[in-house]
Amino acid sequence: MCGLIGFSDTAGTRHSGEAVVRAMALQHDRGNGLGAGYAGHGIYPEFPDHYAFHLIYETREALEATEAFIDHYYDLERAEALPTRRTTGITDAPLLWRYFAKPESKKLRDSGISDDDYVVNAVMHINTSIEGATVASSGKNMGVFKGVGFPEEIGHFYRIEDYEAHTWIAHNRFPTNSLAWWGGAHPFSLLNYSLVHNGEISSYGINKRYIRQFGYICTMFTDTEVAAYLFDLLIRRHGLTAEQACKALAPPLWSQIDRMDDKARHDYTLLREIYASAMLNGPFAIVLGTDEGMVAFNDRVKLRPLVAAVEGTQVAVASEESSLRELLPAPDFLWAPKAGEPVIVRRGQAFQPPVVSTSKPAGSPVGGAVASMDVLTSESEVSA
Amino acid sequence: MIGNLSHDKMNMAEADPATRPIEGYVHRAPTVTVSRRDTTAATITTAASSATATPAAPPAAIVDADHIYYRELNAAIAGLVADGVRDITLRRVNGQRYLGNGLTSPDLRLRIEGVPGQDLGMFLGGAAIEVYGNAQDGVGNTMEAGHIHVHGSAGDVVGYGMRGGEVFIRGDVGYRVGIHMKQYQSRVPTIIIGGKARDFFGEYMAGGRMILLDVASQLSGDALGMYVGTGMHGGEIYARCPVNPAQCGREVGLTPATDDQMAELTPLISRFCTVFGLDADRALAGQFTRIAPVSSRPYGNLYVNL
Amino acid sequence: MIDYIQPEFHVDIDYDKCHKCGRCQGQCGWGVYSFVGRPLPDDAKCRACHRCVTFCPAHCITIKRSDLAYRENPNWPVAARKAVWRQGASGGVLLSSMGSDRPRTSLFDALALDACQVTNPSIDPLREPMETRTTLGKRPQVFGDEPPKEWAGRMTLATPILFAPMSFGSVSLNVHKALALAARELGIYMNTGEGGLHPDLYPLADNVIVQVASGRFGVTPEYLGRGAAIEIKVGQGAKPGIGGHLPGEKINAEVSTTRMIPQGTDAISPAPHHDIYSIEDLRQLIYSLKEASGYKPVGVKIAAVHNVGAIASGVVRAGADYVYLDGMNGGTGAAPAVIRDHVGIPVELALAVVDQRLRDENIRNQASIIVAGSIRSSADLAKALALGADAVALGSAALLALGCHLCQGCHTGSCSWGLTTQKPELTRRLDPEEGAQRLVNLVGAWTHELQEILGALGVNAVESLRGSRDRLRAIGLDAQTCDILGVAPAGR
Repeated sequence: MCGLIGFSDTAGTRHSGEAVVRAMALQHDRGNGLGAGYAGHGIYPEFPDHYAFHLIYETREALEATEAFIDHYYDLERAEALPTRRTTGITDAPLLWRYFAKPESKKLRDSGISDDDYVVNAVMHINTSIEGATVASSGKNMGVFKGVGFPEEIGHFYRIEDYEAHTWIAHNRFPTNSLAWWGGAHPFSLLNYSLVHNGEISSYGINKRYIRQFGYICTMFTDTEVAAYLFDLLIRRHGLTAEQACKALAPPLWSQIDRMDDKARHDYTLLREIYASAMLNGPFAIVLGTDEGMVAFNDRVKLRPLVAAVEGTQVAVASEESSLRELLPAPDFLWAPKAGEPVIVRRGQAFQPPVVSTSKPAGSPVGGAVASMDVLTSESEVSA
Repeated sequence: MIGNLSHDKMNMAEADPATRPIEGYVHRAPTVTVSRRDTTAATITTAASSATATPAAPPAAIVDADHIYYRELNAAIAGLVADGVRDITLRRVNGQRYLGNGLTSPDLRLRIEGVPGQDLGMFLGGAAIEVYGNAQDGVGNTMEAGHIHVHGSAGDVVGYGMRGGEVFIRGDVGYRVGIHMKQYQSRVPTIIIGGKARDFFGEYMAGGRMILLDVASQLSGDALGMYVGTGMHGGEIYARCPVNPAQCGREVGLTPATDDQMAELTPLISRFCTVFGLDADRALAGQFTRIAPVSSRPYGNLYVNL
Repeated sequence: MIDYIQPEFHVDIDYDKCHKCGRCQGQCGWGVYSFVGRPLPDDAKCRACHRCVTFCPAHCITIKRSDLAYRENPNWPVAARKAVWRQGASGGVLLSSMGSDRPRTSLFDALALDACQVTNPSIDPLREPMETRTTLGKRPQVFGDEPPKEWAGRMTLATPILFAPMSFGSVSLNVHKALALAARELGIYMNTGEGGLHPDLYPLADNVIVQVASGRFGVTPEYLGRGAAIEIKVGQGAKPGIGGHLPGEKINAEVSTTRMIPQGTDAISPAPHHDIYSIEDLRQLIYSLKEASGYKPVGVKIAAVHNVGAIASGVVRAGADYVYLDGMNGGTGAAPAVIRDHVGIPVELALAVVDQRLRDENIRNQASIIVAGSIRSSADLAKALALGADAVALGSAALLALGCHLCQGCHTGSCSWGLTTQKPELTRRLDPEEGAQRLVNLVGAWTHELQEILGALGVNAVESLRGSRDRLRAIGLDAQTCDILGVAPAGR
């Protein structure tokens, strides 16, 4: 059992992480103190074009080896220890550093690959080849702050309230199948994608082998990592839309596909066939944070909770309604998304709650009773 | 080593004292206000110190639950009940789980304002819980007796394994509602939903009665999801909506509700509408579909001895 | 010459219970019984097929292993001694049928599946969706890329099971009918084998894969056009590198018409396809078949041999829509025992290597993998899927469901169960409708069991088990075998 939160403002307005930490603290009992974390998108407006590397070092040697690597392959703008503060409950913190850098231009040119792929290769290299070094995040104008502790402790430790982001995702971990270590906490991140996950990906074995075909190497001993890489593959490299990526990872049942019109049936069949090994199976709720906004979705039969709310330009999702009420005390609408139907929030686009009738039930003492997403995407939208 | 940075500098000054993070819920006794019918309200800070009630006039109590941990809230409730309080209102509830867990006093009324957390009224053996707000997942889990009335919507898995009592949800509910409800001897559990329900409604249902009205929903689309009554082998579901056999498990049969059956439902539905201020005539109008198992042993032919 | 070989079985009849009805004599295809007031068995002819036992109304027949003692010598098992005696007397190549009877540890048996506890829920397959639908064939790498025009469509199976190729000739027409009827009912495919497609099966051809082997029996443009897919048979797990030989006695009028060869002549399949001497020739044949058939899926069946990874990669790059891997424990209608028992590798290893190889080359989406030889249960099925198979094919298991008792007499053409024979008095013993029902029952039961396994694994679609080797552990396998299988030892 874990807990999660996603928050995004379609107007691009940046919000302090303080409220997110407060909302996450209400889900304290969903974790066990062995992992928590936050990702903020839009937190480094002063470095919009630099890759912001957040590094976790278990040893001084790992730090030196990683910095030698970065120094060799990148033009470094700034390197500094992540600002933290001593916090009760947080012990044995590793060395935590951040670097704002761009690929060294001649080496990038010689490599013949895109700057994003150049960075992905660097992340894979550091994670697999430098013992004791883990890249927490590697995107632009974003960063991941995570570690071993309860969410309110990790938020305090990293001074999350000092950062302002248009999109936040947060996680409270109850690790089960994998170790409790700083790198293993959520969010998992690659380039501009950050991802938190509640549940377990029972199809991890094949997902991991599938993603390996495309050069992604899972090193974090946890199933969530693979979901972050899958989004990078499907959206950035295969060019799928966020909707299509969600439908590839949590596709409709064949019985649903069989009832679609010809075009939609053709497209969904192809989508399932192509990405059969990418399908995420087992109970999960996932929130993906990006530079564009946020995507939240569930497994195909809703085995993990997810509720959502909208208040003006702010949209939030969470494992429990209580967190939504903390973040958005007067929601315009609050609902439980349907299994496999993604909630997609894009900066610059007005968010449309997925419900036709937004009238609150008469006599309800509380604004916005739970409603559910009905039809977010028309069946054929995936082919658009 | 990059540039002139000194890595001897730690991430934080060693000299700084460790500070505490904020707490989501605080561990302290809530503020309780007890009012007697013939006396003025008295504010006290612990539940235990209110033990001066006269039996003739059961007092009522208001508990400020704002950011109080559930253990302290339930302890306050237990203390008030022990003191003879039979009408307790929790104000500013948000996410506290296990509220009303295992209460057994038949004459106790627990009012909750706000959003109670997971497993509201689990193992409830008596008492009437009224929620003025939405409820999260697991309402009335393994409930034995009593009432839970939610004046909003509820999440997934309402009434799991429920064996008695009644759960009324004014609005919509999520997935797996009434899963494995059962009846035993004179105990027949009842769930009535004013709005719509998602997939797996009445999955494994072994007894009791569920009624889905679809009169107080915010949602468009079908009133019932898929996989209705899969594995159902007892009890009955009435839905005030058309039901397609393709939505249902193969273990159930669909029939229009008969006049006799409607006569049995009418007082229940009327009471539901009275509780929530809904129009009973509207709720009773329209065709109800009865969903009931075709066999109490749906898998008799599935297995063969090795 | 005196026959040195003593009977393997002893037919024991309890004459006190015997009705003297003579049914045993009538049922036996091997001529075991004569009848002089009561049935008198000739033990030497008995193959322990249990046809007489099954039909004896008095339940008075017991087939026993002969008590005849041989001096112990572990280096010379009795079977090896008998083989020498037999070849000394005849000078012949030892012929046998069905799968190898050598004791060999099944790697499937050394693999254990995983299940969910606490951290993720198992799923109840009876009451929640549990998808077994499987598609075979090429698929693009990226959604949005339309498949190239020359790519065939994909084949859809309701469950990841097919019936393995068994030719009309080696098996009876009624067996073919039962397989085809069952395939239609189940939403899967049967496979003609190399003996052509009988006109009686034309109405069922949407669920039939038509095979093209080196003998090209019955291969016409019409034949290629009728099937749902075409399969090039390069090899068979029970006899890799060996051709076929259907004796003239089995070539009756119906077989003759279907194979398009004269009645009574031997039907000889050359060892290789004489138009495939190398991989580029395979490509030529694949595209020739696609061109002739209007671009139907074309699969290639190969025997699992040592270098199967590279071979399969070549087959996929040559354009095959699926690769069919047949392991060394696979069955046959007739094969030299020395080849059947000693050539090839187990399908578990071949599958593990091929799936990994195709992933390493990032061409796994270009072809599906079907495995056979031998899949004995839904457990083997599930483990094969976890190792990376898209589907499995059932040959021996399908025949067993139709009554086969694995007596290994297929090559004699006298199958008492009426399966691997063309004698009309024997073939009529199988009612195609009843046979189809047994096959539907078997595949239905295995599908249920597969759904239970998927549910226990906490996934609700078969593609989430497929290739998920994390869900397997090895018990008692050495480190190198574990490494090849891509499976961790149990406990790790």
